[in-house]
Amino acid sequence: MKEEMSYSEDLFMPVSKEEKNAERIHRPSIKYWADVWRRLKMNKLAMSGLIIILLFIIMAIVGTKINGFKYYEQDLNVINQKPNLVHWFGTDELGRDLFTRTWFGARYSILIGFMAAFLDFLIGVIYGGVAGMANRRVDSLMMRIAEIIYSIPYLLVVILLSVVFGQGDSLFVMILAMSLTGWVPMAILVRGQVLQLKESEYAMASESLGATKKWILKKHIIPNTLGPILVNITLAVPTAIFAEATLSFLGLGLQPPKSSLGTLANDGLAGLAVGNGYQILIPAVFISLIMFSFNVLGDGLRDALDPRLRK
Amino acid sequence: MENILEIKDLKISFKTFFGEVEAVRGINFDVGKKETVAIVGESGCGKSVTANSIMQLLPMPPAFFKGGEILFNGENLLNKTEKEMQKIRGNKISMVFQDPMTSLNPTMRIGDQIVEGLKKHRKLTAKEAEKKAIEMLELVSVPQPEKRVKQYPHEFSGGMRQRVMIALAMVCTPELLIADEPTTALDVTVQAQILDLMKKLQDKLDMSIILITHDLGVVADMSDRIVVMYAGQIVESGLTDDIFKNPHHPYTKRLLASVPSLDMSKDEPLHAIDGTPPDLYIPPKGCAFYDRCDRALKICKDYMPESTQHSDTHCSSCWLNHPMAQKVNGTERREA
Amino acid sequence: MAKYIIKRVAISLVTIWAIITITFILMHSVPGNPFRSESKMPPGVYENLLKKYGLDKPLPEQYTIYLKRLLKGDFGESMKSRVETVNDMINRGFPVSAYLGLQALIIALCFGPALGVIAALNQNKWPDYLSMVIAILGISVPSFIMGTIFIQFLARNISWLPIAGWGTFAHTILPSLALAMMPLAYIARLMRSSMLEILGQDYIKTAKSKGISKSAVVLKHAVRNAILPIVSVLGTLVSNLLVGSFVVEKIFGIPGLGMSFVSSISNRDYTLIMGTTIFYAIILIVMLLLVDIAYVFVDPRIKLTKEGR
Repeated sequence: MKEEMSYSEDLFMPVSKEEKNAERIHRPSIKYWADVWRRLKMNKLAMSGLIIILLFIIMAIVGTKINGFKYYEQDLNVINQKPNLVHWFGTDELGRDLFTRTWFGARYSILIGFMAAFLDFLIGVIYGGVAGMANRRVDSLMMRIAEIIYSIPYLLVVILLSVVFGQGDSLFVMILAMSLTGWVPMAILVRGQVLQLKESEYAMASESLGATKKWILKKHIIPNTLGPILVNITLAVPTAIFAEATLSFLGLGLQPPKSSLGTLANDGLAGLAVGNGYQILIPAVFISLIMFSFNVLGDGLRDALDPRLRK
Repeated sequence: MENILEIKDLKISFKTFFGEVEAVRGINFDVGKKETVAIVGESGCGKSVTANSIMQLLPMPPAFFKGGEILFNGENLLNKTEKEMQKIRGNKISMVFQDPMTSLNPTMRIGDQIVEGLKKHRKLTAKEAEKKAIEMLELVSVPQPEKRVKQYPHEFSGGMRQRVMIALAMVCTPELLIADEPTTALDVTVQAQILDLMKKLQDKLDMSIILITHDLGVVADMSDRIVVMYAGQIVESGLTDDIFKNPHHPYTKRLLASVPSLDMSKDEPLHAIDGTPPDLYIPPKGCAFYDRCDRALKICKDYMPESTQHSDTHCSSCWLNHPMAQKVNGTERREA
Repeated sequence: MAKYIIKRVAISLVTIWAIITITFILMHSVPGNPFRSESKMPPGVYENLLKKYGLDKPLPEQYTIYLKRLLKGDFGESMKSRVETVNDMINRGFPVSAYLGLQALIIALCFGPALGVIAALNQNKWPDYLSMVIAILGISVPSFIMGTIFIQFLARNISWLPIAGWGTFAHTILPSLALAMMPLAYIARLMRSSMLEILGQDYIKTAKSKGISKSAVVLKHAVRNAILPIVSVLGTLVSNLLVGSFVVEKIFGIPGLGMSFVSSISNRDYTLIMGTTIFYAIILIVMLLLVDIAYVFVDPRIKLTKEGR
């Protein structure tokens, strides 16, 4: 009570609503994707993954033309050379330049990875979307079929298909074979999202306002499913690269003179026995690095997309 | 009356990316023996944070205590080690949580969950524990307790689960029970049963209750005293009668007006409070209710109102209580 | 519950049948046939060979004959090896592969969850980062590279670790480690995210509010629930192990089924490929089935639901 005289009477005048609204301060609001990008940028591991991937893509495009050798060029005078100034990654047992061959191989590995992931995405989204939007009986039938396909180990399918069709140009067969089972997780994911969103209140609100199914799909379901799909694609790429490398390592992949990182590693294994460890080391490190980069990027994306993890 | 719990100038903040969120901004209240104190407010006003802080169940970090004391039987809980707190949790102070559907471990038998705390605090054999579990289920009126102890949470309805939660909290006969929105997730008919049960048990076991709720209807016949919180501060507190019959703070008045009653005519609109509470990333300098208050004064914006004592039991923090306000705007209080 | 199990068994049978059929069709749609390559065959021998393997009959008839033999547990004979049937090869190779796979699975199941729990309990501190770097390396480095690294850096430097071959326990250490890395890493990551989710659940708060010790909260409440997703991916993990075994057996020169499968592919030994593929598929689907049934017993919530999902 002792301080009461220190306030002027004017301060006790009532304020109107308009006066109040004029000077509101709010926390800066951030758009969803901008926020995702901001959080992804804070994740150093994911960002280094992204940078490595970009470097790999650039090198896969231009890397074969840098030191003047061709990937199929044999020079029996320089077989099994250790990395040196002329042959930066050394040469193989036929005297082929490994620097050029590595980037040529990386090109195929990355191509296979992206193509397979894209096919997974395409088939998965269509199949999952249709199952999710369809009536219950069709939906459960479609999911049963997907389940059966998924329980077949994909590498067996890939092996079978490459045995059957694998004689000539095996690239296309390999990509096809990988997507044959690879689309199922994507389809399950998409269907789950569609079902969840179909039942959710905002889709219902939209429907009650007269929106068509197509509209709901376009305006609500696709934007909301985009995040998990993006993560899934990012993680499908290394899966395909891994499958290709394993197949090639088993001698079922690309046929020479074509090379991928997997076939290079397979060739290198022979070199290992006679003490040319570098021949397997470089493709091995490269495969691991690509896998690592995609995996950390996928993880980072998943974390960044989850608003609950928002810091 | 002796106080079992005294909270003095408690300040709790959360560290976030955008900076510090001041969730609780210097609150004072106490709970007497066998007394029921209700903390009322909208979601986000800091009532749950306060409740969890007493048991130190807040995730730290991001939460941290910025100041103040929590005195339980005269001892400051904030100075206790984790081991000492474990001896108090479930034993002297217990808690019932809001959502009975998610508050029980889905892969553990009900009976085991009820006596788990008791086993730790009282060192019972398995047989004694099972007997006690059945007793507790009986106490909270769960039918067929012998059969029910062996079941899993998914075999119980929401109301039954909340009874189990209460049994679980009561099993060590604590001195203080903190009930954090215990009926919010339940059907209206079940709500009344649960409140009755709590009251019955309070009489039987002589304990104090802190009841956290946003529902004034729940509070009316349950609590002895009411504390009204807004934006991390206490704006008004008093006996239940004080608050219901003679509210002083505009926020309390609006809160009471927003409770629908049976004698309202059909055409009468419900009195919602417009707007949202302030963002506590940037706590307002003055009264936090300023933005939404229809009786705001110029002073409210930049100066924090002090607490005014209306009677021994009743006080509120509002500039309208100030003699100057009454002088400028006429002595009669306009009803909101 | 019985209904659920019957339903699962039925679906598994359909799956196996589908795989057999697809494999059969694929193997018989290979352009040409395996004996064409052996060009210098005296006249009549080629026809005799076709007759011996039943390749002269129409395809549907071959299919029913094949199915009937499979039902009796006969996977057919090898086209290239004149002495061994597919069953002989399975009998010889599968115990080796199964031993290796089981040992790898045990390693993965011991260390994977532990790593994940440690990471989750120390979220965003150095044990978390360390475990997750290990886990991400495990996922990123394919088993054939892991195996090569082990041979180069461990087997060549540690005298009692053999470089390749099979026979003693020492022979199994490196291959099973190389094989275990991927599932171990996978489990660790899954366990970490599962633990983090469970640790945020209300019932963990309830458990803490009882005043029980931190370790009891973690073990009895968090880990017990967080492990459930691991059980449900066990089937997939077994499938991973199987694929890994092809590679690891090749690198370490282990006479398992994977090795003979891989060589049957390069030899274009179609009956052996077909037999082994079907055998693998059956093993896997039985595993998936067992995992699904086991899940019913670990998660009490599933018992009441009449349908699987």
